[in-house]
Amino acid sequence: MATVATPKVETANYLNTDFGIKSWLLTTDHKRIALLYLVSITIMFFVGGFFALLIRLELLTPAGDLLQAETYNKMFSMHGIVMVFFFLVPSVPATLGNFLVPLMIGARDLAFPKINLLSWYLYIAGAGLMIYTIVTGGVDTGWTFYTPFSTTFSNTHVITAALAIFIAGFSSILTGLNFIVTMHRMRAPGMTWGRMPLFLWSHYATSIIQLLATPVLAIALLLVALERLFNIGIFNPQLGGDPLLFQHLFWFYSHPAVYIMILPGMGVVSEVIACFSHKRVFGYSFVALSSISIAVLGFLVWAHHMFVAGISVYAALVFSFLSYMVAVPSAIKVFNWTATMYKGSIRMNTPMLYALGFIGLFTMGGMTGLFVASLGVDVHVTDTYFVIAHFHYIMVGGMVMAFLGGIHFWWPKITGKTYPDIWGQIAAATIFLGFNLTFFPQFILGYLGMPRRYHAYPAEFQVLNVLSTAGASILGVGYVLPLFYLFWSLRYGKAAGPNPWNAAGLEWKTTSPPPKYNFEETPVVTWEAYNYDEIPEEAPVVQ
Amino acid sequence: MLQNFPLWPTAASHGAYDLDALFIFLLVVCGAVTLLIFILIFVFSIKYRHGKHKAVQIEGSTPLEITWSLIPLAIFMIFFGWGATLYFREAMPPKDSMEIFVVGKQWMWKVQHPDGVREIDQLHVPAYRDIRLTMISQDVIHSFFVPAFRIKADVLPGRYTTTWFHATKPGVYHLFCAEYCGTMHSGMIGQIVVMEPAEYEAWLQAGGGEGSLASTGQKVFQQLGCANCHRFDTQGRGPNLQGVYGRPVLLDDGSSVIADDNYVRESILNPGAKVVAGFKPIMPTFQGILSEDQVLALISYVKAISTPAQREPVSNRPAVPAQAGVPQVQ
Repeated sequence: MATVATPKVETANYLNTDFGIKSWLLTTDHKRIALLYLVSITIMFFVGGFFALLIRLELLTPAGDLLQAETYNKMFSMHGIVMVFFFLVPSVPATLGNFLVPLMIGARDLAFPKINLLSWYLYIAGAGLMIYTIVTGGVDTGWTFYTPFSTTFSNTHVITAALAIFIAGFSSILTGLNFIVTMHRMRAPGMTWGRMPLFLWSHYATSIIQLLATPVLAIALLLVALERLFNIGIFNPQLGGDPLLFQHLFWFYSHPAVYIMILPGMGVVSEVIACFSHKRVFGYSFVALSSISIAVLGFLVWAHHMFVAGISVYAALVFSFLSYMVAVPSAIKVFNWTATMYKGSIRMNTPMLYALGFIGLFTMGGMTGLFVASLGVDVHVTDTYFVIAHFHYIMVGGMVMAFLGGIHFWWPKITGKTYPDIWGQIAAATIFLGFNLTFFPQFILGYLGMPRRYHAYPAEFQVLNVLSTAGASILGVGYVLPLFYLFWSLRYGKAAGPNPWNAAGLEWKTTSPPPKYNFEETPVVTWEAYNYDEIPEEAPVVQ
Repeated sequence: MLQNFPLWPTAASHGAYDLDALFIFLLVVCGAVTLLIFILIFVFSIKYRHGKHKAVQIEGSTPLEITWSLIPLAIFMIFFGWGATLYFREAMPPKDSMEIFVVGKQWMWKVQHPDGVREIDQLHVPAYRDIRLTMISQDVIHSFFVPAFRIKADVLPGRYTTTWFHATKPGVYHLFCAEYCGTMHSGMIGQIVVMEPAEYEAWLQAGGGEGSLASTGQKVFQQLGCANCHRFDTQGRGPNLQGVYGRPVLLDDGSSVIADDNYVRESILNPGAKVVAGFKPIMPTFQGILSEDQVLALISYVKAISTPAQREPVSNRPAVPAQAGVPQVQ
């Protein structure tokens, strides 16, 4: 369809109405804040990735020869902290969520635009403090800060690292608060709850967790700081404390946080699968409600991280049972996505490849979650590479795939430009292959008994570790590729037009990039979500 | 190269074989479902690719949703029940298990056999017997992990935790610390040496420590003057400790508690916490005075004077650290 003479006339949009650094740093436009977040978390992703690279290089050989033990411990600690708190938690909500929540409900902005900007500044303060912690010597407690090691024994920068997470946590709370209020109060006429895209349902569920669970993490980290600074006996038994209390508090946040890190990705996948199958999502209400039930049940399973930690066997029984309960809504989602493809009209563009990659890797991560939820199995595999592989399949295989899928899907909307699809497909395939080669061997390593967080390991584990490192280098290439062609597209990409994928949803009814206040007129919604029967199948633009 | 590339861990205990069975069941069931989803996605991607047909809009199907919620749930309950059964068995050591004490500290495992033999980063045990480990940490949290037995239990400061195993195959197996414990975490490893019972007896005879753990406890008991108050009659300022271990003790607040390892330990280190009915909270704390090893010795002593057939300490043996030309670790 594309003709040579694309008109060069740029309509007024959120990118070209204001100029200068100040117009960005003081913006209250949710779309600009989304971009500020996108740049910030991308930097943090590559910082965390650099640590992962050093970890994988060290593990090429059984002896601890590349890094010193202490340095290695800092590497995996900071890899975890940076990736979890400064990339995965904000990844989709703070970027795509920020950009899309108002657009998808037909609003001009979020309910509290200034609080939205504040949340980005809090993130920057937290991330800045974390970078400061890294360059002044780092922290070696693992991302889990287990006591009494973190409070009494570690002599690294525990306090500043904890404070960095503490501050960034408030950015997460504010984002959640903003989304909840916005979805309650600012939906366009006709945009009922039952007509909201599933992306919004998953963000609503995520926001509830952000709002309710994050304060508990803040409390836990504050108590660590108190014990460390003033020797108040909270966790250290020598001071009269209880080390398991910390684990309960920490996982009360950090298990629900797993759902903060995956639910938004599930929302992205629902949108992408529907668009590229050109179909309504199968079982809309079940997929929507499964997000809410994941959020609720997700609060009740935290102690499954503690089956060998010395908790009561009866408590373990309850937590194992509830962990299986929370697996049901996740299974429902996978089945519904698969059913959505049935009798569709399927196009394999880049976002769809990422979404299918997500389903594959998330399914494997979820299935191995059933292994670790089983009490007897968990005793053997917890704290081994089996668990490392399991949660990387969810967090990286799942969430990073979904994040990239979402970025590729909405890139034309965000920037007004299209990227070369073939390069996107190559990157998606590279990431999928590299990921599996990196993490599948780790399942085997874990069952063999290789403990996590080991700087040196017995020789018989070497072959699988070499495979894993080889995979990681492929994965690394896959992650760098999009940087190139996406930047390239900013300058050389063709104009996308309002709806290059023929997608349903309000965000595609406005221009690309959207105008400053999103819509020329407040839209009135008279249709259900995913009304693909009313949208032509032929893609209007580009390739 | 294959001996350096194992795909399945050695199994050397009853528990290991039982767990492998469950693990294989999980692999088969979850593998089949994963494969089914992959095949469906693949087939749909080809069959319904763009341009072949027009998309057919489908709302959904409540019966299907119920089906694919309930069937997985039923399967999950099998995983749950089977796993819980193994876990409960692991949590309850058989009554007549041989008891070994383990103290974890940054970054070594200290092991004490009941009759006084001590080892570091090694644990010699007889095959075909139930072995119960009572474990405590002197500093941070560690975790006692023996892949060949498929057992793992965190070793906490301030409280005893236990695990047990029944080794079925003599050999040398890895012992790992599985809870990150600081700089040399990956160096906190050791070996479990499972021996034929006769060999183990011979090893014990050769190894030996300074008398049994209980007799060490007796010495500590006397040195610290415990016997001044804890007399073996009813006239002491503290309760008579004979016959106390393993039985319920009435406390001054009217409740009662079983005098197990954790209670005895607490009463030594934090005597005011649970005072026996009829006594005043006058005992001083021994926190910071006793090492974990000494506390364990005291507990062994209290246990010994509560056991009807008092086992007298086995004679003194020359202290030889257990070392031998050991075969390849499995």
